[in-house]
Parts: sequence; structure tokens; C-alpha cells
Amino acid sequence: MSEHTISTKSYYLVFLALMAGTALTTWVAFFDLGWLNTPVALSIAWTKAMLVVLYFMHVKQSTKLTKVVAAAGVFWLLLLLGLTMGDIVTRGWLGFPGK
Amino acid sequence: MSAEVHEALFHAPRAHQFDTAEQQRDASTLGMWIFLVTEIMFFGGLFCCYLVYRWLYPAAFAAASHHLDVALGGFNTAVLICSSLTMVLAVNASQNGRRGALIAFLILTILLGGVFLGVKAVEWHHKFVDHHVPGPSFHFEGPDARQVQLFFSLYFVMTGLHALHMVIGIGLLSVLTVQAKHGKFTSEYNTPVDMCGLYWHFVDLIWIFLFPLLYLIDRHAK
Repeated sequence: MSEHTISTKSYYLVFLALMAGTALTTWVAFFDLGWLNTPVALSIAWTKAMLVVLYFMHVKQSTKLTKVVAAAGVFWLLLLLGLTMGDIVTRGWLGFPGK
Repeated sequence: MSAEVHEALFHAPRAHQFDTAEQQRDASTLGMWIFLVTEIMFFGGLFCCYLVYRWLYPAAFAAASHHLDVALGGFNTAVLICSSLTMVLAVNASQNGRRGALIAFLILTILLGGVFLGVKAVEWHHKFVDHHVPGPSFHFEGPDARQVQLFFSLYFVMTGLHALHMVIGIGLLSVLTVQAKHGKFTSEYNTPVDMCGLYWHFVDLIWIFLFPLLYLIDRHAK
């Protein structure tokens, strides 16, 4: 399966990027960025996750169907989180009689 | 059915229902990914629970997070990333038919997984000593003790479920190591190594999100 084989050099590069991302997310957590701390941490985590999925899990070389299935997993997870938080976050927004 | 025909139908690297070896591999990859999507939703429920309570009790979650050991958590993150590298190198070795390298990388991955679980056990032990385990003996100095207990419940369930996946992964890799020793995998047939690799990377993936969400909440405030 030659098309499944990535050169080991790119594996080492991804590995170094993942280690750098871990150091970065730990370092940046000790600075006060206000409300941005969590978005920054999640952005770094998301970037690391994409590197793992695309290169270590070979999704970059996988069939379109596999790519769609992987993306569907993320989509359904966002539905779960998005709709739940849509409820939790907005509960106090509207007054109602007897509140 | 003659023995040769039986052998060709049921023990060949390519099963008879597939036209090509590549089609067979793509089918396995697809099946594994569908399983991993169910795993995303399995952990997703816990992440959702975490998100709701962190939104409701941000101060308690920050206070509780400061009682986790960033050095140990960061070290474990690095260990898992190293194990993902050795796993991908094992898959690469099996695709190139390098049996010795495959066995060596599999054993390295198992050892790194063992290191992760060992460090995790030390961390959990600290929590028991500090009475930070939810339950009758839970004790926390400071306000919001009840909400802090919620954080530690999520901490134990999420890291516990993750650790269970690690244990299963180590079991799978051990079976692969034995099979590799018996020469089961060649450059033509190495799908089990590939699939277990996907599983192992998925477990790494979960930890990539658990580490900042559990260990790094508002660290600057301390």
C-alpha cells in the first residue's frame, strides 16, 4: 500500500509540533488573557488533534467516505455540545411571570 | 472443498468477498472509524457534562483544577505523544515488512502506556491522601466545596474511562506483539496493526483535550 505510507520524516515533524503544542498550552495557561484563556487552550488542543487525525491516523490519505465519517463524528459532537449549551446559557435571558 | 481451495478462501490475506486488498483495507478503516465515532460520542457525553458544570461554577472548577499537578499531567501528555509516535512507527514498520522493528516499536508503545498509567496511579493516590475523592470522606478547604466535588467526580470518571481505554489498548498491543512474533503480519497484510494504531491515537486524542480542560483552568490566578 504505497499510498498509505508517509515518510517517517513527516511523523517526526508532527511529533515535534505536538510536543511544542503541549509546552505552549502549558506556558500560556499561566498568563491572564481574560476570557481568552479557554479559547486559546482549546484552539491549541484542536490543532494538535487535527495533526494526530490527519497524519498519525492517516485520514489525509484515507478515502472520502472515511473523511466524511470522521467529520460526522465532530459534527454530531458539536450538535450535542451546541444544543445543550444553547439551553444552559440562555435560561436566564427571558423573564416570565412568577419568576 | 479441497484443502487448497479452503485455504485460498478463508486464510488468504484478502478475504474472498473483497475484489482487491486495497478495498479490504478501506473497508476495515471505515469500520474502525465508525467505531471511533461512537467513542467520540461516548466521551462526548462526559465533555458535555463538564462544559455545563464549568459554565455554571467557573470559580469552583478553577479552584479545584489548581489542586491537580501540572508537572505530572504535562509529563503524561508528553509520554502519550511519544507513544503515538512509536505506534505510528510500528504501523510504518509493518507496512514495510520490517518485523523486528514492528515488535520493538510495539513493545516501546506498551512500555510508554505503562508509564502513563503508573503516573496516573500516583496522581490518583495523591487525591486519596488529600481527601479529594468524591464521597463521604471528601474534604475541601475553601468555598464551593460541593461544586469542587463535582469537578473531582468528573476528573475521576473522565481520567478513569481514559485509563480503561489505555488498559484495553495495552492488551490489544500485547496480542499484536505475540502475533507479530509468529510472523502474522507482512507488507501485504497488516490491517490489525493499522486498526489498533487508530485506536491508540484516538486515546491520545482524548487526552489532548483532557489535559488543558482539567489541569490548566485559570492557572494564572494562583
